[in-house]
Amino acid sequence: MKKLKIGDLAKIRDKVRKTAVLRQGKARAKITVHMGTCGIAAGARSILSSLLEDIRKKKLDDVIVTTSGCAGLCSREPMATVEITGKPPVKYVDLTVEKMRKILNQHIIKGTIANEYALAVGSERTH
Amino acid sequence: MDDLSLHVLDIIENSVSAGATIVEVEIVEEIRQNRLIIKIDDNGRGMNKEILAKVLDPFYTQKTVRRVGLGLSMLAQAAKEAGGSFDIRSTPGKGTHIKATFVHDHIDRKPIGDMAETICAFIVGSGINIDMVYRHRKDNAEFVFSTADVKKMLNGVVINHPEIIAFLKQHIRDGLDEISERSRK
Repeated sequence: MKKLKIGDLAKIRDKVRKTAVLRQGKARAKITVHMGTCGIAAGARSILSSLLEDIRKKKLDDVIVTTSGCAGLCSREPMATVEITGKPPVKYVDLTVEKMRKILNQHIIKGTIANEYALAVGSERTH
Repeated sequence: MDDLSLHVLDIIENSVSAGATIVEVEIVEEIRQNRLIIKIDDNGRGMNKEILAKVLDPFYTQKTVRRVGLGLSMLAQAAKEAGGSFDIRSTPGKGTHIKATFVHDHIDRKPIGDMAETICAFIVGSGINIDMVYRHRKDNAEFVFSTADVKKMLNGVVINHPEIIAFLKQHIRDGLDEISERSRK
């Protein structure tokens, strides 16, 4: 394969300029992958990397991905928080690359929370 | 942590918390001297002597969400297990310098791992606000990557765009392959 030179970046820059501007504006969804020591040790980097690759392949220009530190629930790492504009954030725990992919398809694309991977669905039962 | 690139990712996240605007990662593989050195420098707010004396205690942390630290102490341990050493210097208001050395062919030396993934994971989370310089030298062959240069070329397009990240990851991988080839000659 031909080696990528940094000069080749100009082509990609021009290709993505339109959608990149859109990204800076208002994104429909934001995914935060937790990247504390605990998250990294549990595999958060692979989850981030494959998530970004899926978003690139599916051309989801209105989804932004970022990282954060430890959220204090180290035993349930890797974790990610999904925020869809206008909806309450959902925290997903004990993630794998495959679970994250399902969450992307089901929650971010189709809008249905992936209950089986969420930290809690409702916090308390009173009857 | 399975490999050293994961340790590096963990440590540079500390630089983010310390408000750094520039983070420099340098990996030096001196095969003839049988030595591997990892240096991480930032211009974050640094630490005073009292804090510095405590950072290698695994039960020390500045976080409020959990009560143990682990990050720096795990890298120090990885270095010591591989016949190496660990040094941290910090000046309040100026920044922090970390240096971990390893015996390159020590049986307990963790593999370097995927540095392209580490640099790109950092860019996804912090690349817009923080500049990263990554140097990797293997004997006489060196690869240098700087996000400030990339940003100049991007001319306003965000550096953490998935297409850009995919490009940069491949660019770093190619650069590292190249120095491996050159150092063998």
